[in-house]
Amino acid sequence: MVIIFKTKPSIIACGAVAGPLEKKSVFYSYFDSVVEDERWNQKTNEQGHAMMIQEACNIIMKKANITNNLDIDFFLSGDLVNQMTPTNFAARELAVSFIGMFSACATSVSSAIVASLLTELGASKYAIAGSSSQHNSIERQFRYPVDYGGQKPETAQWTVTAAGYALIGKHDPKLPSIVAGTIGKVVDYGEVNPFHMGGAMAPAAFDTISSHLKKRNQKITDYDLIMTGDLGKIGLKILKAMFAQTGAKQEELDIFRDAGAEFYGEDKSFQSGASGAGCSASVYYSYIEQQLKTGRYKRVLLCATGALLSPLSFQQGQSIPCTAHAIEITME
Amino acid sequence: MIFIDFLLAFVIGGLICVIGQLLMDVGKLTPAHTLSTLVVAGSILAGLGWYQPLIDLAGAGATIPITSFGNALTTGAIAEAEKHGWVGVLTGMFEVTSSGISAAIVFGFIAALIFKPKGKVN
Repeated sequence: MVIIFKTKPSIIACGAVAGPLEKKSVFYSYFDSVVEDERWNQKTNEQGHAMMIQEACNIIMKKANITNNLDIDFFLSGDLVNQMTPTNFAARELAVSFIGMFSACATSVSSAIVASLLTELGASKYAIAGSSSQHNSIERQFRYPVDYGGQKPETAQWTVTAAGYALIGKHDPKLPSIVAGTIGKVVDYGEVNPFHMGGAMAPAAFDTISSHLKKRNQKITDYDLIMTGDLGKIGLKILKAMFAQTGAKQEELDIFRDAGAEFYGEDKSFQSGASGAGCSASVYYSYIEQQLKTGRYKRVLLCATGALLSPLSFQQGQSIPCTAHAIEITME
Repeated sequence: MIFIDFLLAFVIGGLICVIGQLLMDVGKLTPAHTLSTLVVAGSILAGLGWYQPLIDLAGAGATIPITSFGNALTTGAIAEAEKHGWVGVLTGMFEVTSSGISAAIVFGFIAALIFKPKGKVN
């Protein structure tokens, strides 16, 4: 399951954009831009969702001094809307080789693994990888339309409006580099409540992180940070408890953080924290990348988690299968 | 004592809402299931003849919650059935409740014309 990237593809540039509510995020200052209108001044939420993806890609190209779309070899991206139309429509505007990828909220990392493989193969000079989510369209897709105003329990999480993308290319010793990746398997502990995704996904994160450490022959303390995607406050607690059971000490548990649990700070109106395909993507490809560049972190493991349910599957009483994919990034 | 009337309305109405909240939090029902359950409960209580005494006791505390809609359905059906027989069961259900249903449709339509739904932005 673990892939070692011998050529160590680098993250050349990142683009992270977010919606108006994300000004409340503790990661707000690391984002490249925040748009005042949640629909990106488009007619529908889904069109705004697509616009947000395009904007993140444009920011990346500007940062990397790429003026022609055609210099991008591959676009690997996904979102949570039915048939991923926001991503597909954004890809139409980009007009480069594109594969839609779906690992739910773990797409931020699964797309980066595929981009790294293409780079390692020599098939790609520049590949854009990442994912995004837009609150209104995703809440409607998986739970209730926002205007319905349904109540949420405290285990619920808040789908972020954000996109995070990374330009992955040849190794550059001055930039963060992807040295290994683990493609997770699908884990299902029988959770049926779509308002308790963190609890459903924690075992998948545990599985992927443990196998990555084992196959790489590493200890938790070899990392400056192990950051999961959107387990939320409750899911992160469950993950730490699982590692504590295997004998991890407190100082090891302190290395674990979760993008979703921290995203909106301590604000209780967001229940257990943030979620969505844009949650891990916007944090990894802004805050984490910048922290690696400044040298604060030398080695991090990013483990994005995804709940592979559909609205139909949980209405029919099926449990929620979950997955987690991880990439190990180092800074020389 | 008018104060006692207020208090009873507050307490009884509140208790009906507590039942609804428990159905969602403990019973894990969706908001739509909770709504239907309360309507059916009101309708059954009316059939047993217990809802009118509750209204006499709590006033608006019993008429405002959605259980009152179930009560109106059953009460209307029984009243019309007495006048017109079995057909009355069908016509009676909506005779009493038609104002509420029409109001929901008309005001829903007007609201949809004027407003555009927005998410939480601050």
